[in-house]
Amino acid sequence: MEKKKITEILKEKFPEKIKEISSRFGDETVAIERDFLRGLCVFLMKEPYAYSMLLDLTCVDYMGDDLRFEMVYHLFSISSNERVRIKVRLSDKDLNIQSLTPLWKNANWLEREVYDMFGVRFEGHPYLVRLFMYDGFEGHPLRKDYPLRKRQPIIPMRKKE
Amino acid sequence: MTFRIQKEAKKESMLINMGPSHPAMHGTIRIMLELDGEKVLNAELEVGYLHRGFEKTCEHKTYFNLLPYTDRLNYVSPLINNLGYVMTVEKLLGIEAPERAQFIRVIMSELSRISDHLTALAAMTMECGAFTAFLYYIQAREEIWRVIEQTTGARMTTSYIRIGGVRADLHPEIDPLLDKAIASTRQLLKDCHGLLDKNKIWLNRTRDVAVVNPEMAINYGFTGPCLRASGVSYDVRKAHPYCTYDQVRFEIPLGDNGDNFDRYMVRMKEMEQSLRIIEQSRKKVPLSAPTIIADGIEPVEAIRASRTKKAEAKIILSPNLEGSEKDVYSRLMAKEKKYTIPPKEDTYTNIEGLINHFKFFMKGHGIRPPKGDVYFSVEGGSGEVGYYIVSDGTDKPYRLHLRGPCFHIVAALEEMILGHYVADIIPTFGGLNMIGGELDR
Amino acid sequence: MSGGWFTTKLNYVIGWGRKFSLFHYPFITACCGMEYMSTACAHWDFDRFGCGLTTFSPRQADLIMVVGTISQKEAPVLKTIYEQMCEPKWVLAVGACTVSGGIYDNYAVVQGIDNIIPVDVYVPGCPPRPETFLDAIVKLQEKIQNQEQEFRWKRRK
Repeated sequence: MEKKKITEILKEKFPEKIKEISSRFGDETVAIERDFLRGLCVFLMKEPYAYSMLLDLTCVDYMGDDLRFEMVYHLFSISSNERVRIKVRLSDKDLNIQSLTPLWKNANWLEREVYDMFGVRFEGHPYLVRLFMYDGFEGHPLRKDYPLRKRQPIIPMRKKE
Repeated sequence: MTFRIQKEAKKESMLINMGPSHPAMHGTIRIMLELDGEKVLNAELEVGYLHRGFEKTCEHKTYFNLLPYTDRLNYVSPLINNLGYVMTVEKLLGIEAPERAQFIRVIMSELSRISDHLTALAAMTMECGAFTAFLYYIQAREEIWRVIEQTTGARMTTSYIRIGGVRADLHPEIDPLLDKAIASTRQLLKDCHGLLDKNKIWLNRTRDVAVVNPEMAINYGFTGPCLRASGVSYDVRKAHPYCTYDQVRFEIPLGDNGDNFDRYMVRMKEMEQSLRIIEQSRKKVPLSAPTIIADGIEPVEAIRASRTKKAEAKIILSPNLEGSEKDVYSRLMAKEKKYTIPPKEDTYTNIEGLINHFKFFMKGHGIRPPKGDVYFSVEGGSGEVGYYIVSDGTDKPYRLHLRGPCFHIVAALEEMILGHYVADIIPTFGGLNMIGGELDR
Repeated sequence: MSGGWFTTKLNYVIGWGRKFSLFHYPFITACCGMEYMSTACAHWDFDRFGCGLTTFSPRQADLIMVVGTISQKEAPVLKTIYEQMCEPKWVLAVGACTVSGGIYDNYAVVQGIDNIIPVDVYVPGCPPRPETFLDAIVKLQEKIQNQEQEFRWKRRK
């Protein structure tokens, strides 16, 4: 009997909360609403699915769309060697989402990086400050409307002889 | 800006800074410590001193042009990052490299992995005072870089692995150099096992220091040697085999405790396994490339002759860095014409080759993958190197994200050094193999 | 050069002493650090040029080798360390990123460290081969030999 894909299992269990599933290029993807994120992760962490590792957490800026930002989470299960991708769309005006720090500890730094680069706020994060950019940097560099070469030097540049 | 550690610190303890210009060859990280004498009560890390804007730059470069940027991420094993990026794009395009190219990719990957472990252990042992081991490791690394340089043209940042295959074939005289590199690595492993394994000073400094149990390792997202040192058997080469890793036999060494000594031992044993993979791949693929055709005509004559009529005679070019022979080109690059550069004979002597070449490099044309997003990962020197690419149908990626293994491992450092002494931070940090280019992108 | 035979000879001797006993501070950040490690070790040793003592305190160094990309966040750190060094001091900018920003022309990277501190010898390459690095040290030594020794810090700003 062929093993059921995790996206189909999720579609059966939570039909109204899952917006769409796909497996393009062989990657299992599931798109959900913002409020269901914590519940889905808790469900996936339990046996028998055991998605125990948060591989990656990132954000994509689709400038021009209504729901401009898309959060992308990659979970991985060591016991069954399977990955799943969770996508959540957020709008520019209400840019916050639940934090995953109570579930996985590396979510702490990953979410700080997304806050630094995109400006997404995470509710429940213990220490949401910038990670890569320095104190005094204005703006969020990876957004599409931030120009590539806009430099904000901390110390004044010296005049060359 | 007040840091968390400043708010949480007790009045009588000392707040001290390690870095950002740290002499321990790691360079660009700042560890803020709250100390009671020599014991660490609290720690906070500040990263981002090597943030070079890799992800934003990649949104402005074409898929082919951004290959040199991937070299400079994990700069001690550049060929593995190249490979990860190229295989992600190949997954998006749906093409596959030919078999000889895949074996060459595996050999180059494993040489890079050995070079990564050598550098990591060289830095770790030198900072603890074992200067002899440092010199031995770097000497073995020189031999390996000599092999890589002979085939790819550069010691470190090579950009050798291309979308669809590899840039050039192995050098015809690679055998003696590769033999010497393998022999010197084996000799080095024997020497350093003898110098360090039962050395009382080394054992005191690394045994039972910064123990990471398997649950904590998985919760933090560890992958690679640090996860295997804690006892969890997960290697991307075995779990999701790519290239020709399913055709070679090798083992995954595991550790028991998860302390610094296990991280050191796992890396030493992995180097031995990498040597096994290289020797097996060597036998499966004839290493000496076909020699240059003796009865052909010179390239200059061929170009001149092709102006009047179509060139028929064979042209003297070699399949490694100097040129590209059309017959063996199919063994090095994929068949799909849209995504690979045509061989040089075609580019210079007939019009179809010239048009293919031009359309590949012209802005707006070239590699234009279908819309969608994809994630692919390879086993790097520090763990699972993953690339997440979002494509919108144009010739530049819409978003490229690197899943750097060091990021998750260094995030755990704050918790790993609590309760230990300041001197324990040095081998701990060395054993994690933090590479600034991958951590900060 | 002003002065008679004695001051010329004194200049020469001081220059000879300074160039063959350089204490360097390696300010390593990125990929070029790997080539620095290669140059420092047994095969392409730079100890034979007198430059062998790696000091980890800027107060005891006379040469700072800036090796690797300098980001905007790291710039004040570099300036502080440069100002902590005592005169006479020299700066070696190793690698394309320190010379002009290298391949990174974006919001995060300083386009050449001569925007922050004055540089004596620029070493191009990405990363520069160890032979290039040694050539740069030899050129720096020529520069040290031929400069005016006593009055230099009064002129340099």
